[in-house]
Amino acid sequence: MDLLSNLAMGFGVALSPFTLMLAVIGCFIGTIIGALPGLGPSNGVAILIPLAFSLGLDATSSLVLMTSVYYGAMYGGRISSILLNIPGDEPALMTTLDGYPMAKQGRAGDALVLSGVASFVGAFLATIGLMRLAPLLARVAFLFGPAEYFALYLLAFATLGGIASNNQAKAALASCIGLGIAMIGVDNNSGLPRLTGGNLHLYDGVDFLVAIVGLFAVAEVFFFIESHGKGSSIGVKLEKVTIPVRDIVESGWTMLRSSAVGFVAGVLPGAGASLGSFLSYMSEKSIAGENAGFGTGAPRGVAAPEAGNNAAAGGALVPMLTLGVPGSGTTAVLLALLMTLNITPGPTLFSDRPEVVWGLIASLLIANVVLLLMNVPMVRIFVRILSVPPGVLLPGVTMVSFVGIYSLSSSYFDLLLMIGFGVLGFVLRKLDVPTVPIILGILLGGHMENSLRRAMVLSDGDWTYLFSSPIAIALWAVAIVGFIAPMFLRNVLKRPQRITD
Amino acid sequence: MKHLVRAALTGAVLSVAATAVSATECIAPANPGGGWDFTCRQIGKILYDIKQVDKPVQVTNMPGAGGGLAFNHVVTERNDDPDLIVAASSATTTRLAQNAYAGRKASDVRFVGAIGIDPGVIAVAADSPYKSLKDLVDAALADPSSVSFAGGSAVGGFDHLKPLMILKGAGLKDITKIKYIGVDGGADAVTQTVGGFTTAMTGDLSGIVGFLKSGDVRALAVLTEERVPGFEDIPTAREQGYDVVAGNWRGLYVPRGISDDDFHKWADRLRAVAESAEWKKAMADNGLAPFTMVGDDFQAYVDKLVAEIRQMSKDIGVIQ
Repeated sequence: MDLLSNLAMGFGVALSPFTLMLAVIGCFIGTIIGALPGLGPSNGVAILIPLAFSLGLDATSSLVLMTSVYYGAMYGGRISSILLNIPGDEPALMTTLDGYPMAKQGRAGDALVLSGVASFVGAFLATIGLMRLAPLLARVAFLFGPAEYFALYLLAFATLGGIASNNQAKAALASCIGLGIAMIGVDNNSGLPRLTGGNLHLYDGVDFLVAIVGLFAVAEVFFFIESHGKGSSIGVKLEKVTIPVRDIVESGWTMLRSSAVGFVAGVLPGAGASLGSFLSYMSEKSIAGENAGFGTGAPRGVAAPEAGNNAAAGGALVPMLTLGVPGSGTTAVLLALLMTLNITPGPTLFSDRPEVVWGLIASLLIANVVLLLMNVPMVRIFVRILSVPPGVLLPGVTMVSFVGIYSLSSSYFDLLLMIGFGVLGFVLRKLDVPTVPIILGILLGGHMENSLRRAMVLSDGDWTYLFSSPIAIALWAVAIVGFIAPMFLRNVLKRPQRITD
Repeated sequence: MKHLVRAALTGAVLSVAATAVSATECIAPANPGGGWDFTCRQIGKILYDIKQVDKPVQVTNMPGAGGGLAFNHVVTERNDDPDLIVAASSATTTRLAQNAYAGRKASDVRFVGAIGIDPGVIAVAADSPYKSLKDLVDAALADPSSVSFAGGSAVGGFDHLKPLMILKGAGLKDITKIKYIGVDGGADAVTQTVGGFTTAMTGDLSGIVGFLKSGDVRALAVLTEERVPGFEDIPTAREQGYDVVAGNWRGLYVPRGISDDDFHKWADRLRAVAESAEWKKAMADNGLAPFTMVGDDFQAYVDKLVAEIRQMSKDIGVIQ
């Protein structure tokens, strides 16, 4: 029973009244940061690192605070997705698809409670997975080379068409726009700038947070202005907040499956939480079939991405701790924190510094429980945001968006770019083109291109290299099935109409 | 509503806290988590701990264009700010040499000094048939396209240049045939190499310390003049007959327009950090080797590096 004694040691390190207080503070701040458009887990943690140092916290306390903020932000991202149709951060993107329609049907409270429980399940299972399997899973990263990563991203893109069921061509168009935007910046394989117009600000490409806030939050403001404040789609019905026991029970299997999918996506370095929530959502959608009403406010469509992205957050810690390879932006920041505390993650961390690892795992479990206890009662408060008239709410959202985006790189250029994305989002929504695939194109397109280019460099341009391993072949097969199957099933199954805003 | 206001206020307060103007500012020209961020945070913390500055040093992350945005910002907007320091490394000089900062030159700022170096290293997977640097170089000489490298920098970056300098010195004519993939950092380069997707990895010693201990990789050579303390069993490239010394130094630059007095004040402060016990511990913990060069000597060193890298980059066709 090594595991239990290790865990006991972890709790011995991490559990004291002081660290519990830090966990509560961290979870609260994290939830707010996650909910604010533009501020995600990675900048949340980054902003708070100096605070940890200036408070003179030791390694364990800093870790407890930072992991609470991290998990808190992962929880918080869903709140603005559900209530405002504006993803608080990129992993919460998929939650808008069903969360917002649910809120429009007057079930905002249900959606929030359900997603809170799903987040808990995802994060909890991922922490267990991290605990039991980390050293073993670390070897998985060695199996993924450029060809395998390319096939993995291809799988994500192959299922993109089905994301907005009204018009697959428009979804495809949108993902192409996203791919195009992903090409902007210095090309990693030649060192030459592409599509930058010589502008230094574009050399690192377009930050997807700028795109998200522009396409969702700023575009929403434009719609509001256009309708002179009357027809804004914000303004959902309110109801009494109860615990939707039936939905939670019915989504049980969804949560379990999505946690597994999300965890695996998180373990792969470079894939991260966004891919985790995306793949969980798409696989649940295909398991449920077209009659389940995914995209129109299906409870399972809320549970799947939330369980998926929180599980991925835990999964991303596996390569970070065991290999020193961060699987996401936030784990990169946590890695920096560890290095500054003079803890070097790597294959020997589990044996060299067990108190750090198990302390971290214990603090993850603590943060998770604190978040669940804090989030469910807080739903009442969150829902009340909706009773704020849009004329007051939207300027507030706008201000927070500007502050959040400016804090990314202290550059006014990002603000202009964000407004540009707002205009783009406005036009596209007028044309009934979904904006979610654009973000996914930006998020995954760069990675996909890099993998392909690396594969081609290593194989001297021999395309059969892309099918050279069993893992790659399996991923290709799933991708092709995922792409073709809907075309044949389309006429068999009755498709629901998705609410297109 | 109350909640939203509170949320907005918290956001505002956090942002202000992150960018507040204080006595000394250190710009890390990258996102949190990288080498420049480490430089700013460690040096900033030690400057305050050893009382070289009165107030805690404020670290500002200004990512963009591989440090180009921050460089441009310093030259155009902060040219006479005596309280500004900026983290720099070999990546800064490599990009300056390749004219990747939109026409800005090394002489547009003043390089204060370097106080530590991350030695360059060439490593292979533990089960690789290549036992020494010579084995690897001979294989590349026999068939250049049979050897591939993974590194943490983009094509043409410093990690890419390291093996090319060795192979060029060994007499390989067509060094552009050598395959190189740029991945997301040194640890990722290790996973690609251990996974068998590339022949070897090129990077910094600090990035592979954990993998050396666990026995996943074998370091064929460090690119230093002497063997690195603590890693005495890794031979240098030089003693294997390949005269290449390349390390990723960690240091600072300051704006061009500050007075000589201010410049020397920063040089003295940096020297004090270099001599502190805190910095020595931070170096040991992070796999940095001692390398202190501060003041006017360092400016000459930077100029020499820029010229060398420019020539190398022309040879491999990264720049014209």
